[in-house]
Amino acid sequence: MSGGKPPVIQIRRVTKSYGHGDAVVHALRGPLGPDGAPLGVDLDIAEGDYVAVMGSSGSGKSTLMNILGCLDVPTAGRYLLDGADVGHLDEGQLALVRNRKIGFVFQSFNLVPRTTALAQVELPLAYAGVKAGERRRRALAALTLVGLAERAGHKPNQLSGGQQQRVAVARALVTAPAMLLADEPTGNLDSRSTEEVLGIIDGLNARGRTVVVITHEDEVARHAKRVVRLVDGAIVSDVRQAPVDGPPPALAAGVVA
Amino acid sequence: MIAWQMIRFAVGGLAANKVRSALTMLGVLIGVASVILLLAVGNGSSVAVKESITSLGTNSLTVSSSASRGSVTAAKKLTVEDAKALASATDAPAVKSVAPVVTTSGTALYGNISYQPGQIVGTYPAYFETANQKIARGDYFSADDVLNSRKVAVLGSTTAKELFAAEDPIGKKITIGGTPFTVTGVLTTKGSTGFNDPDDVVIAPLPTVQNAFTGFGSVNQILVQATSADTTAEAQADITRILMGTHAVKDPAKVDFRISNQTSLLSARESTTKTFTVLLGAVAAISLLVGGIGITNIMLVTVTERTREIGIRKALGAPRAVILGQFLAESTLLSVIGAGLGVLAGIVGSHFSVVGIKPVVIPESVLGAFAIAVAIGLFFGSYPANRAASLRPIDALRHE
Ligand SMILES: Nc1ncnc2c1ncn2[C@@H]1O[C@H](COP(=O)(O)OP(=O)(O)OP(=O)(O)O)[C@@H](O)[C@H]1O
Ligand SMILES: [Mg+2]
Repeated sequence: MSGGKPPVIQIRRVTKSYGHGDAVVHALRGPLGPDGAPLGVDLDIAEGDYVAVMGSSGSGKSTLMNILGCLDVPTAGRYLLDGADVGHLDEGQLALVRNRKIGFVFQSFNLVPRTTALAQVELPLAYAGVKAGERRRRALAALTLVGLAERAGHKPNQLSGGQQQRVAVARALVTAPAMLLADEPTGNLDSRSTEEVLGIIDGLNARGRTVVVITHEDEVARHAKRVVRLVDGAIVSDVRQAPVDGPPPALAAGVVA
Repeated sequence: MIAWQMIRFAVGGLAANKVRSALTMLGVLIGVASVILLLAVGNGSSVAVKESITSLGTNSLTVSSSASRGSVTAAKKLTVEDAKALASATDAPAVKSVAPVVTTSGTALYGNISYQPGQIVGTYPAYFETANQKIARGDYFSADDVLNSRKVAVLGSTTAKELFAAEDPIGKKITIGGTPFTVTGVLTTKGSTGFNDPDDVVIAPLPTVQNAFTGFGSVNQILVQATSADTTAEAQADITRILMGTHAVKDPAKVDFRISNQTSLLSARESTTKTFTVLLGAVAAISLLVGGIGITNIMLVTVTERTREIGIRKALGAPRAVILGQFLAESTLLSVIGAGLGVLAGIVGSHFSVVGIKPVVIPESVLGAFAIAVAIGLFFGSYPANRAASLRPIDALRHE
């Protein structure tokens, strides 16, 4: 692919299965070998790329994303993040990777209950050891970016689904991580909010962050530079829509227009 | 950030479930308070016993008759002659004074008030000093009263109060078993030790009581005062030697009398109160343990309930130590606050007397109970905390 840099994400023959014996479910399997055994998924993502992962429900998208986000470990195969094998990291190093390198937006928001939006967004900064004043400033900036500055004092049960999702986005990007992993970040948003959130993500990518989004919507996929399709835990197509080095397609179109 | 942040999260966690936190604290509170209070009650009763040892006088010896079982000859009773032999012995320097004692019971009358004192004692004036009975008003009866068998009596404070209420008993006449006695004095209050009332007594000259009630036979006891607390053993040996002479007993194993000193009697009773204290302490320790299990239980529930939250925090990069610290801080806060309030409750509670015993707080028990409660919080909290901290993020997030 582009440049001389090695890809930030390298996945080699990764499989993930649940259960044992006859009840085994291969959530990620890759192509089948000649003997019918799963060979595992291979995937490289270059720094600055903007990848949309698509596929029907249950095709293994979230499973893949959880492995990329160091929240889950593959059953077999290797995951190299920035060239380092994640499987060799200990607990503390993994916590550090999750905190500093990765911003994760969950399919089901996963906000901390009984905690205000501001405190919510401050959390990753608190775990990173950022001082209170600085933390507050950056958290407010992130909330402003997603248009929720005036809801900073609200708790999750006082926010609409879309607002919760935007808080989750703000929380993922507040540490300015090198990688943003978003599992259906616009699943609960109307078209206007979707455009806003995608605009934020496009902006992050334009400034060099690597982005992986899971989506069902072609509208969303159109913003990505590359679209990967999963069927039954295997990659069936991998289409590049724009070069890795350039701006995201939506912004590029905006520049042209 | 870490320490401060953990405490903030912990306070937040506790505040989120106020009733539950309060009930858990109540468990610890009761545990700590009962340790402090029950030990204080035990200690209070042993303090009371110690005080009564000193009030009885540590250098008095009581000689009483004992029929040595298995001996064919009937045991010779103690007599006034035995007492006289002890008092007049020139080779018994450790014996300071001797008082033969007869005890009986009867009903005392004053005007239309009738009262049965706990004990009617006939003895010599030496009895007052030996038994540590001090006069509060009036005077003791004298040796002269004894020689002339005068019908005079000294009353214990309880008896005086029952018969005379607010009236001054000195010089008044009371009738006991048909014999009129003139009250010469009232004793100071010794205070009850819980078993019997030493102030419920009438003390009169020996021959008077013998004449009116018991007859001139044997005496119940001979009270001997040693010259000091250190010479009681010496006095005991002298008494044994002299009485073996008067009773014509050759074999020291077959003596027909028994000598006991107050110190040995009361130290036996003190050891009883020690056992009592230990038992109370054990009960209290169990309740403290139950409080600790309460903390574990609540922390387990909390951890289970907040497993998803733990997953979120870990996904956001919370290090294991911070999660561990947050939950440990929660359980420690529960136990520290609970124990602090327990100390307060225990100390306040110890100002009230329990079943007639005035509790005396043992300072070590306060520190100990507090420290143990906090340690229990840490110890029992660490299991759930550790379980929470070692969850894999995805497992925690998937938790229902
Ligand atoms: N913990 C688990 N235990 C057993 N099976 C699981 C588990 N997690 C996921 N699966 C299975 O793995 C497969 C892939 O699940 P995954 O969550 O990756 O789907 P997805 O592509 O994200 O679907 P959706 O679009 O509905 O979110 C599914 O068939 C699912 O039932
Ligand atoms: Mg999914």
